Amino acid sequence: MAQIGSYALLLALALSVYSFAAGIVALLSQQHGSERLGETARRAGIVVFAAVLLAAVVLVISAFRDDFSIAYIFHHSNRDLPAPYKFATLWSGQEGSLLFWSLLLAAYGFVLRLRYKTDPRLFAYASVVLAGVQVFFLLLVNFAANPFGLMAGSIPADGSGLNPLLQYPEMVIHPPMLYLGYVGFTVPFAFALGALIMKYPGEKWIHITRRWTMVTWGFLTCGIFLGAHWAYSVLGWGGYWGWDPVENASLMPWLVGTAFLHSVMMQEKRGMLKVWNMWLVFATFWLAILGTFLTRSGIISSVHAFAQSSIGSWFAWFLGITLAVFLYSFFKNKDHLCSEHKLESLVSRESSFLFNNLLFVLLCFTVLWGTWFPKISELVQGNQVTVGAPFYNRVAIPVVLLLLILTALGPLLAWRKTSFESLKRNFRWPFLGAVAVAIFLMITPQSWGSPFGLRPWQDVAYLYSLMAISLAVLVTFTVASEFVRGGRVIAKHTGQGMYASMVQLTHRNTRRYGGYIVHFGVVVVVIGIAGAAFNQDKEQEMAYGDKMSIGAYTLVCRSYTQEENANYGSEWAVLDVYKHGKQIDTLTPERRFYRASRQTSTMPYIRSTINEDLYLVYEGQNPDTGRPILKAHLNPLVMWIWLGVWIILGGTVLALVPNAPAPIRVPAARLVETSAVPVATGD
Amino acid sequence: MNSDPGVIPSAAVLQAERGISRASSPSKSKQPDRPMLRRLLHLALLCLAIFACAGAGDPASRFNELGHQLMCICGCNQILLECNHVGCPDSDGMRNELMSDVTRGDSDSLVQQAFVQKYGPTVLAAPTTTGFDRTAWIMPFAALILGFGLVIFVVRAWRNRPTPALADGLRPLRGAELEQFRDQARKETDL
Repeated sequence: MAQIGSYALLLALALSVYSFAAGIVALLSQQHGSERLGETARRAGIVVFAAVLLAAVVLVISAFRDDFSIAYIFHHSNRDLPAPYKFATLWSGQEGSLLFWSLLLAAYGFVLRLRYKTDPRLFAYASVVLAGVQVFFLLLVNFAANPFGLMAGSIPADGSGLNPLLQYPEMVIHPPMLYLGYVGFTVPFAFALGALIMKYPGEKWIHITRRWTMVTWGFLTCGIFLGAHWAYSVLGWGGYWGWDPVENASLMPWLVGTAFLHSVMMQEKRGMLKVWNMWLVFATFWLAILGTFLTRSGIISSVHAFAQSSIGSWFAWFLGITLAVFLYSFFKNKDHLCSEHKLESLVSRESSFLFNNLLFVLLCFTVLWGTWFPKISELVQGNQVTVGAPFYNRVAIPVVLLLLILTALGPLLAWRKTSFESLKRNFRWPFLGAVAVAIFLMITPQSWGSPFGLRPWQDVAYLYSLMAISLAVLVTFTVASEFVRGGRVIAKHTGQGMYASMVQLTHRNTRRYGGYIVHFGVVVVVIGIAGAAFNQDKEQEMAYGDKMSIGAYTLVCRSYTQEENANYGSEWAVLDVYKHGKQIDTLTPERRFYRASRQTSTMPYIRSTINEDLYLVYEGQNPDTGRPILKAHLNPLVMWIWLGVWIILGGTVLALVPNAPAPIRVPAARLVETSAVPVATGD
Repeated sequence: MNSDPGVIPSAAVLQAERGISRASSPSKSKQPDRPMLRRLLHLALLCLAIFACAGAGDPASRFNELGHQLMCICGCNQILLECNHVGCPDSDGMRNELMSDVTRGDSDSLVQQAFVQKYGPTVLAAPTTTGFDRTAWIMPFAALILGFGLVIFVVRAWRNRPTPALADGLRPLRGAELEQFRDQARKETDL
């Protein structure tokens, strides 16, 4: 099996090199026959997908067959590993995840090359760029991190097992989502670089890549939040985001990608920011690779870095080469990217996009700076420092609050110029509503629970929380007012009800209203994060019948029990949960011992409601007293984060749906003579 | 948040308030809107004082706050009070040390210095505001200011771009007429 996989990877590499080289020759050559050469390059690119897929299938089959002659399978699987995790072995380690990366890249290339008829020449350029990136990853899996390397000596009877932290259902889908996001940004980059090199006229490449970018952004968003949910559910420290370098590595391309999704509208609508967009696309791609370099090279330590090796130098070279190619192409062709229009006013949609981009890029810079600062400090002053959550919270929160203000203002600003009167008229009620909510939150008694009774003078965390929730309400009101205002116009013209009018409105401009729904999802997430200001936790040794109180809850220890299965042994506590004297639930936090890897892992029990999460961790026994230790966290509003993500994804999907055609309104008399022709509306 | 400066800012605020009162009284008759301004200033200073004093609470809240500014050094890369490893060789000892420092009444900076001396600079969860570490804090805000300046420069530069010449016979629209057409275009294209 290992030989089949190895040969498949070599074949894929040879085909990629051919696709890359023949593609370049075909594009450069003006001679007769170059089109046929280009076609062979395209077809070779398609076959690469089949070859890499074969290699990936072979690796998965080897995991299911417990083929421990393959070193990768030995290190990341064992006989008693449940089937879903055997499948997840593909991306559980360094070599496999690079193979998986190659597979996803080949899959994106496969789809792109099949759709080449949209614009054969632009697609040929993009195909060459993709092939170049593919060559790099196939070089890695063939020569630096081969997943089909064989074990030296005799074949072991069983494997070392999968890292216990990875044995959680979300780990079966979190890495694929994240990788689909990371890898997917190669496609817009390929089109952008292709368009730059060939001096592609107009904004068509933006239209072509818009959906690719949105789909990719959706995958990355999903991947990031799945990772946060996994951390929350498995790591047992009661939080979902720790500003770890691996987390930061995923956040950086997301931030720049989000900036691109906004600024690209400037290019589509007004022919502006062409240079900036080119840089944003490149930065998004480059940061995705940089993140991989950071976490796999071991340059920056991380608790999440499950795979580290010496492949860092390969990534460093690749980053250098891509930067050089991009810089060369950019400076050679930058005259092609001059803007066509002038900006008329500071109070306009255009300038709101400029500030939006500034803040997103600044956030990305902050994360990058904080991630690298320990290394910079070591170089300058000879010792490392820690850049943890307190740094990011202090620096990033004000910027996020500014972004929320822009999110509220943006939809109310018109393209070109907005009169102050119009802004005041549209902004007045949402603003007053947000102020009213802020006052209400401040004056309500704290006994109502979070987030009521928010006294900003008691703690700066409360101040931030109050500001975040008030601004979230402001954004919600402005988004709602956009739907209502548009719905009213349609209702007036069609005589439909308000709800039907708003649905029709959304169908007629899915991108715009899908975007608003994404904004609403973001504010729901922000409200969930703002709840962290009220987090409480308590740790206690608990014997049978002992009680622990946290918030309105009282936990009573009923018993402890043990269970064994083939993969792990577990020990869990059984606790009755009372609220206001009434039993409402029984929780069973667990601690596992995985035999193959000889590692322990906590499995917190989370009782999640819309108001708060009761998060229980069974930490094991006190080595001194032998008594079991339990830690309880009360985390308000966490469920809002996960709900918000669903709304964001729903909005993204809606934005991908083509617009419904709006009928042309013609006088009734003419309707008799001619039939109405449907036309699509603009964004 | 700084939890140390409990007394000094309050005194400073009181002095500032007195200063403002003295300064503003002679011109009271000339400018009748001053009392309102003075009250607003008082309110702003009071708010500042409240936020400056916030967190300067009891030992338990100081322990909680300082414990979230320190890292566990066992290699788990977690905040000291969030390290959840049973049998962690370091966190229990560090927490006890922190509690005794706080109970003894040591200031925040003294507690932090003691931890840095014992465990090295990586025990602090964020860079300090001294020496080269200061650049960690300055850079993002410097970038923000630079970025804002750049955006404003770009907006001004783009506003000053020459308007493309109109073809013969066309009259540029201005003022209310232009706004009317814009509103119409917005309605017809956005909905």
